[in-house]
Amino acid sequence: MKYWVKKELKPPHGKVYIIEDRCKGCGFCIEFCPQQVLQESEEFNSRGYHPPKLVENDKKCIGCSFCSLVCPEFAIYIEKEEENED
Amino acid sequence: MEIEGEHHPLDEYLRADRIPHIWCPGCGLGTVLNGFLHALEETDIDLKNLAIVSGIGCTGRIAGYINVDSYHTTHGRAIPFATGLKLANPKLKVVVISGDGDLFAIGGNHFIHAARRNIDMTVICVNNYNYGMTGGQLGPTTPLESKTTTTPYGNIEHPFNLCHVAHASGAVYVARWTALHARRMKDSIKEALNKKGFSFVEIIASCPTTYGRRNKMPTGLDTMKYYKEKSVIKHGIEPEKADIEIGGEIIVGKFVDIEKPTFNEEVEKLIRRFHK
Repeated sequence: MKYWVKKELKPPHGKVYIIEDRCKGCGFCIEFCPQQVLQESEEFNSRGYHPPKLVENDKKCIGCSFCSLVCPEFAIYIEKEEENED
Repeated sequence: MEIEGEHHPLDEYLRADRIPHIWCPGCGLGTVLNGFLHALEETDIDLKNLAIVSGIGCTGRIAGYINVDSYHTTHGRAIPFATGLKLANPKLKVVVISGDGDLFAIGGNHFIHAARRNIDMTVICVNNYNYGMTGGQLGPTTPLESKTTTTPYGNIEHPFNLCHVAHASGAVYVARWTALHARRMKDSIKEALNKKGFSFVEIIASCPTTYGRRNKMPTGLDTMKYYKEKSVIKHGIEPEKADIEIGGEIIVGKFVDIEKPTFNEEVEKLIRRFHK
């Protein structure tokens, strides 16, 4: 009988990958992330732009992939993380 | 958490050795290319049966970055070349990606007549309100009162409403999005690719270097924020009511989606009638 087992819904998580040397620092991903996961880094990439980096609380990403859709440089992508069922 | 990525999932669709592309930081063209490739990934189009045709201009570069059969044609003549491809090989999926100046100023007549004949192709027009590559001159879509290099006191010419032109000429699918609506733009391009007949998607994109700089939007991000503030989604509205004015609402959405026999179908019907 599984009818009474109440599953808790958890928000999905995503893993952010950034190809730093492709970034031209337009800031679209930082501005339009719905979870505000990204911020501008202080370091330069090989072409002199500031690529994005993750903010402290790295579990905030829900894997919506909007950053990867809006990025004009193909410099960021998301992999959805499978939640382990406890 | 890992952060360094090396291989973008869309690299197989790109000529990755040419990336980074030549477009300026903050240009909307990269977003359009990104949305197009995402749409392509979601459709079941055979890449060997796909041809991308583009004209001249910044947008014309898109064809060169996609790793399928691509054709960079003369100025304004992307649609005639695409028509030829489609008529010679009806199995081919033909997509035209070009700019507003190329498709509607230099090649305006070709666009009107391809839409009138309902040739089975998808036309994606990236509208950045000016001739970006040649230095930001006045184009056929520059909104009234906006400043370009050739209209330093403000534009006095009435611009084209591209969606209205496409609808009036007989396109079966007409939609407009801005580069900010990345997901809806991707879905719309997917619909247009799957649509039989002349489908048209207009994408309003930022041009910070030549247009934005002279119109109080010096970076791509400023333009995107402007789109976020001003754009309103109105599906199914009459395209003639969706004019673009400076400072006014940008009406986006899917305006037209109808069925009509295509040129190739009519040709086949004609042949069948006389070869009994």
